[in-house]
Amino acid sequence: MVTLTAPESTASTAPDARVPESSTVDLAVTSVRELNQAIHNAADGQAWTVTNPGGKHSLAVGIDADIAVTIEGHAGYYAAGMHQKGGVTITGNAGVGLAENIMSGRVHVTGDASQSAAATGHGGLVVIDGNAGARCGISMKGVDIVVGGNIGHMSAFMAQAGRLVVCGDAGDALGDSIYEARIYVKGTVASLGADCVEKPLREEHLAELAELLAAGGRTDNPADFKRYGSARNLYHFHVDNSTAY
Amino acid sequence: MCGIAALQLRNPSLHPQMGSLLSSMLCQIVDRGPDSAGLAVYNTPGLVSRGMSTLSLLGKDQGMTTADITAGVAALLAGALPAGAAAAVKVVGDTTLVSAAVGTDLLVKAVSETLPGATIIGRGEHVAVMKSVGHPMEIAAEHGLEAMAGSQGLSHTRMATESAVTAGGSHPFSVADDLCLVHNGSFSNHATVRRELRREGVVFDSENDTEVGARYVASRLKQGDTLEEALVNLGKALDGFYTLVVTTADSMAVVRDPIACKPAIIAETDDYVAMASEYRALAGLPGIDNARIFEPEPGKVYTWSL
Repeated sequence: MVTLTAPESTASTAPDARVPESSTVDLAVTSVRELNQAIHNAADGQAWTVTNPGGKHSLAVGIDADIAVTIEGHAGYYAAGMHQKGGVTITGNAGVGLAENIMSGRVHVTGDASQSAAATGHGGLVVIDGNAGARCGISMKGVDIVVGGNIGHMSAFMAQAGRLVVCGDAGDALGDSIYEARIYVKGTVASLGADCVEKPLREEHLAELAELLAAGGRTDNPADFKRYGSARNLYHFHVDNSTAY
Repeated sequence: MCGIAALQLRNPSLHPQMGSLLSSMLCQIVDRGPDSAGLAVYNTPGLVSRGMSTLSLLGKDQGMTTADITAGVAALLAGALPAGAAAAVKVVGDTTLVSAAVGTDLLVKAVSETLPGATIIGRGEHVAVMKSVGHPMEIAAEHGLEAMAGSQGLSHTRMATESAVTAGGSHPFSVADDLCLVHNGSFSNHATVRRELRREGVVFDSENDTEVGARYVASRLKQGDTLEEALVNLGKALDGFYTLVVTTADSMAVVRDPIACKPAIIAETDDYVAMASEYRALAGLPGIDNARIFEPEPGKVYTWSL
């Protein structure tokens, strides 16, 4: 049997004078592991800049301090995964699994994101200025996602909680097998998935949409969107629905 | 999981760098398929020549000396070769290249009679195909990819799922003149389609699912399909997961299955079109900061011609 106890604190409570307020990590000369270890050791309030990301995987994952990380260029798979605190900005595109399982905090991509962006996210905000690929917000559990462009097919598949805002178009099977979560789409929806339906856009939805758009830095008019969500017909097995599963 | 890196050079001034560029791309996709690899290069001086057919044979050791192969092939082609012309045999890395100024079908017949055990992995006037088992960068180095010039290059690193780790099961599959196909994914109904193609008289070299895709495309092209039509038809006939890159003498095509589980990213500039499984393989290309970078849409066929 193992007993886990908190390590004894050896650091003084005063900020470490050796830790600079801002740091730049050049991935042309530093490994991804060193980068991630360094930002795990970071103190609240610091600003980190990552240069020459070159599409490397697992950049800036598991951040658990209130720091601002800017990745200057394109990131590979699973960037800003398991994000807990602070903000990550990627000035470029992100690969598969951006901000996977984000818990809180903010992740912003100025370009496009590949498939499964914000998958299983529990909280926080993911902003994608460009397009997101297939399965955006798959199994989302509380995360808010604002996409400036289009999203691919099977987005918000099995979504359980959270909000997904799409300023462009949505691909096929939007919100398939959705439990809860609210989806707002300004453009067209190629098709709705099983048990996902259009719902009325009431005052409280316009208000929350305005907040989400503002948080995502968008100027779109909330009234131009349509709302989609769960018809709640698949919650329990019903023989009449057997072909819908 | 497999890795793909492909490059079509639109600007001829980049042709001398084809091998070094493709090699730098290949280096970034090794992790996706470290068990075996293959390369196809187009219009590479020293490997293929205009007006000659070239066959790529698996393995450097064909059980005969190159002189004996040359003599054997030349004797069988005696009536067909132009006056004063000879056959040429060259060993590049783990690949044997046989060239002669005759049609590919005649050369295939002569090589098959001279070397009954040989496996032909590439054929045509423009393409040379090289593949082997082992670390992809060692295979590339063994074949001297870095120094190769050319108009197009295609590379694949394989993590085998549907059939054994063998050189013959490595991609690309090149089953018609200057046609190559590489695949990340797996076809689930390949046995059915293979049976149908066999009924049409198509002969297979392996039990590999990707070979079925390549033979299907070749069959459609033979029936008059354009490359785009052939790949649209492939989407109807073959079921499974796939990102495919297909190259011909002067064109390149990319298609993903409609579910699009397998990755693909494309960079396009005035100078080149590059496709890879992951962006990191494109990151080192010249002018990448100003390239149009996008992921191909699911189920959509993209083609580019030189």
